[in-house]
Amino acid sequence: MTANVRPYVEARAQKGLWAASRFLVLRRASQLFFLALFLSGPLLGVWIAKGTLASSMTLGTLPLTDPFVFLQSLAARHWPEGLSAIGAAIVLAAYLLFGGRTYCSWVCPINPATDLAAWLRRRLGITFTAKIRTDLRLYFVGAVLAASVLSGSIAWELINPVTALHRALVFGLWFGAGGTAAIFVFDLLVAKHGWCGHLCPVGAFYGQIGKVALLRVTADNRAACNDCMDCFAVCPEPHVISPALRGERSGATPVITAGDCTVCGACIDVCSKQVFHLGLRGRNAARPDPSMTAPSPAARVVSSQPAVLERDLP
Amino acid sequence: MSDSSSGIPRDPRRRKALQDMTRFGGGAAVAATMLTAFGVSSRARPAQTLRPPGALPEKDFLAACVRCGLCVRDCPYDTLRLADWADGPAVGTPFYVARNVPCEMCDTIPCVKACPTGALEHALTDIAKAKMGVAVITSRETCLNLQGLRCDVCYRVCPAIDKAITLEVSHNARTTKHAIFEPVVHAEYCTGCGKCEKSCVLTDSAIKVLPIEVAALKQDEHYKRGWEEKTKAGGALVDAPLKLPVRRPEGGTP
Repeated sequence: MTANVRPYVEARAQKGLWAASRFLVLRRASQLFFLALFLSGPLLGVWIAKGTLASSMTLGTLPLTDPFVFLQSLAARHWPEGLSAIGAAIVLAAYLLFGGRTYCSWVCPINPATDLAAWLRRRLGITFTAKIRTDLRLYFVGAVLAASVLSGSIAWELINPVTALHRALVFGLWFGAGGTAAIFVFDLLVAKHGWCGHLCPVGAFYGQIGKVALLRVTADNRAACNDCMDCFAVCPEPHVISPALRGERSGATPVITAGDCTVCGACIDVCSKQVFHLGLRGRNAARPDPSMTAPSPAARVVSSQPAVLERDLP
Repeated sequence: MSDSSSGIPRDPRRRKALQDMTRFGGGAAVAATMLTAFGVSSRARPAQTLRPPGALPEKDFLAACVRCGLCVRDCPYDTLRLADWADGPAVGTPFYVARNVPCEMCDTIPCVKACPTGALEHALTDIAKAKMGVAVITSRETCLNLQGLRCDVCYRVCPAIDKAITLEVSHNARTTKHAIFEPVVHAEYCTGCGKCEKSCVLTDSAIKVLPIEVAALKQDEHYKRGWEEKTKAGGALVDAPLKLPVRRPEGGTP
């Protein structure tokens, strides 16, 4: 499959600029929003969320803790005292509802850097990529937990570039941003989606939650697919698309069930045929072939958008 | 060894899967080993970096601290900082350097209250019982009081004056007619706040707060202090020394 160098062109022409970049804009807004919650305190003196992504306290009442950090702490044989257990349970429950690796695409501060690397790769036509299996990161999750047990410390936090970048932004510890710079270069020159798609144990952990999470992307309109491959070109985890998109003959569900899917919505944006929508796990019904009733492209932009919002957003 | 030796044909996919498992498993084992070594070596932190009040011993602290920075945020004097890569302590963990900003020993101990994991023990409610470190006169050769001057600054600024630091008077053998007022730290009362280290008038502080595990060790259990045991038991625990007859040479007199 040859990836389209400019995959959004057709979608913009067919659906308009907003419908073809809606999820990208919303994701950037979400990433800025979560960062702003932490930055309003140090910058403006208005404290909303205190702490970091590892653990935080919002408005003095809502404790939130990264369940992966919490798990490592348990593996290191520390029995928590205080609010971290409740915080981890809240975060776990939230991602069970809202999609597991939604953390990666909607919250993680490194995502803009890896997105930029992927975009530059397409634009510059860099096709070289080191072959790394996507399940290597699962082995890393095991390695991190083993190291936590053996060293008696929260092992991944000793080097985690994700929280290091967040601390760089929120606490001004700028050395911590170095890891992100390295990841950017790695993603750009060494391996396509190298860090998030193959190595990061944090994302791999959230991917395990994603395997059972409720909010999913669904290719419910897969009958309209014209095999343009644009979704594969923009998807950070392209292997998750095929089972749902091409599952019509085998009767597989149109819902993208794989935990690796980050629910970033890039496929929804890029698809000029409106094959993808946000949906819920278990809603397996595919739409009938729309070719019989397909309205003109301009009319579809207007008519489909509210329908999508009402039906599919939780 | 050839496939014909067994009747079951080999599945090439099985071989591939086993190969992958071995390769990735091996890679993961290497990663785990390196991370473990790094985790263990992270327990060593520079002696001048101190943990917040109530911090667990370093090994347990690294298992408990999630690097959230809530203690740092709630420190009203900006004493606490989160460690960056170049600072020395495990990255993202809270610490302070007494010579820069010492601990002001807030009555309410907001840093401990903010900790969501118990890396700072919530059982600590009396800041006077904190053990962030212990002050030591690390440079007897430069301490002004030990040269026979009356500086006394470390003693004066100590929040537990006359308990954690006392001035012990002794004869100044050099001048033969003056006294030496030696500042002596009593680990039992010293919280390690670092006011003394901060205030030392010398370019390089002659008194430094060191981690408990370096400077305030526990006495081995098997060394009992006779005078303490005697008081506890209400009397001598061993028999009085035997009175042996004095044997002298034949016909000798003292």
